[in-house]
Amino acid sequence: MSLVLERVGRSVGAERHIDDVSLTLERGSLNVLLGPTLSGKTSLMRLMAGLDHPTEGRVIVDGTDVTGQHVRRRSVAMVYQQFINYPSLTVFENIASPLRVSRRPREEIERKVREAAALLKLEPYLKRTPLELSGGQQQRTAIARALVKGADLVLLDEPLANLDYKLREELREELPRIFAESGAVFVYATTEPMEALLLGGNTATLWQGRLAQFGPTPTVYRRPSTITSARVFSDPPLNTMRLHKRGGQVVLPTGEHATARGILAGLPDETYTVGFRAEQLRIGRGEGEAMTMTGTVAVSEITGSESFVHVDVGAERWVAVCPGVLEVEPGERIDVAIDPHRVFAFGHDGALIAAPPLVMAA
Amino acid sequence: MPRSRTIVLTLYILFLLLPIYWLVNMSFKTNTEIVTGMTLWPAEPTLENYARIFTDASWYSGYINSMQYVALNTVLSIALALPAAYAFSRFRFVGDKHLFFWLLSNRMAPPAVFALPFFNLYSAIGLFDTPLAVALAHCLFNVPLAVWILEGFMSGVPREIDETAYLDGYSFPRFFVRIFMPLIASGIGVTAFFCFMFSWVELLLARTLTSVDAKPIAATMTRTVSASGMDWGLLAAAGVLTIVPGALVIWFVRNYIAKGFALGRV
Repeated sequence: MSLVLERVGRSVGAERHIDDVSLTLERGSLNVLLGPTLSGKTSLMRLMAGLDHPTEGRVIVDGTDVTGQHVRRRSVAMVYQQFINYPSLTVFENIASPLRVSRRPREEIERKVREAAALLKLEPYLKRTPLELSGGQQQRTAIARALVKGADLVLLDEPLANLDYKLREELREELPRIFAESGAVFVYATTEPMEALLLGGNTATLWQGRLAQFGPTPTVYRRPSTITSARVFSDPPLNTMRLHKRGGQVVLPTGEHATARGILAGLPDETYTVGFRAEQLRIGRGEGEAMTMTGTVAVSEITGSESFVHVDVGAERWVAVCPGVLEVEPGERIDVAIDPHRVFAFGHDGALIAAPPLVMAA
Repeated sequence: MPRSRTIVLTLYILFLLLPIYWLVNMSFKTNTEIVTGMTLWPAEPTLENYARIFTDASWYSGYINSMQYVALNTVLSIALALPAAYAFSRFRFVGDKHLFFWLLSNRMAPPAVFALPFFNLYSAIGLFDTPLAVALAHCLFNVPLAVWILEGFMSGVPREIDETAYLDGYSFPRFFVRIFMPLIASGIGVTAFFCFMFSWVELLLARTLTSVDAKPIAATMTRTVSASGMDWGLLAAAGVLTIVPGALVIWFVRNYIAKGFALGRV
């Protein structure tokens, strides 16, 4: 099936939860809703599911307008961020619940539940109740229930957010595979850019209830159409600086003048917002055409495999990520360098004006 | 410290149990023994008082009547309060908070206030002197209480469970009975207990709204006082038998009550 949202909006009281979102999700596609908390991911999912109804616009499934249709009449499965199961039923009955309601034959229920339980490694726990399970097992129960239903639309609302690290990695890999065979429209909401990249498929970046961009995940990552989309799809946060270009020269945040090179070279004289992700900001003097500036270390965080260095350059605060352990003290003066071939240039309205070619940015 | 605590607690429990012991004590004595002097335990234990209650229809029908309207009331109150409490816990509508408080304020008036209108109303429509009359009258006090308690328990169940059930395809009635009610089972138990308690001990309305056919046991007891002098032993036995159902109910729901204090609104 295909799901089309046509200029969908939803207001609750004076609050605007979803504003003018149009999306087309194809059969068998994996779609990631990416956005920070309160960006409208859950609200949008609830509209897709039919748990809430839009105040404007239409929801169309396979060409049929289902805007006002009750959720019971739609073919939707949903997994919440909180582990939602029926506490009074056993794990087996929890998974079997959608099949029981649709009155499938006993053998079919038995077979499907066993299959789903095997896939999600729940076999030893089928006789227990959900509250006797660990968080990960509870969430797997909820996922199994969504799986056996065989719904046309599968909505996962940050399903891994409350799980421990190891389990997340495991499930993140398995989830798309598990649901891929069903031919359903698969929608996955997350706050983490990395999760979107790992899942692949398509990504919709959301910001304050609006759709910033929708397209294949790598494209959205490498060619954010607006600065908002780039911000949503960057973790650590996108570094930005305002650059005035005049006569082949740009004024850096430090007040120094530099030759406009890389993607800046071909642009007309104007003020641009230049954005670049943390991994594009190098510590130390740059080589070749790199723009080198001197800044003051504000904070440095070490995760073990990576170091995050927050640097104040002029009025801007940037984050650089570099491999390994880099020991710098707050207050220390260090050089940072940006490759002008690998930055995004946005106009004053936030639209993308120039980006590195796709091949090179890979 | 633990020792002095033990002593204080023991004294307190003795103090609480003394009247009950005295009642039980009296119920096994003959009238002569009760009137002639104070004895700590029956000199000549007799079961005659109990025997009379179980054989005399004017006595045992009092128990049957009481149990009838108490059971009827408990069932009615819970059946009416379940959907109401669900609405209060799940939906926002205009004036919902005011309505909720107004419901509760019904309990602030003493039952005596309503004795007259109920008497007149039920006489007019032929409900007077039936268990249903008393059960309905008690609903005025028990339904708000039941809504209040159940709403607390229902609000403790995440809304997402309701939604998951709809997504699974459950119809509302099926979801409510199969999924939702088991989740608030202890709440229903606690509510039933409170409805029972109120209805079982309430005397004024029960006595006003009945005369012969549906006379409750408490009324039978008060009216027999003057019938043939003071039948102390018989009254004591009736008193003991009136305590028993309450004690039984408390025994069965004691775990729910503890849970209820922890979870809901008791």
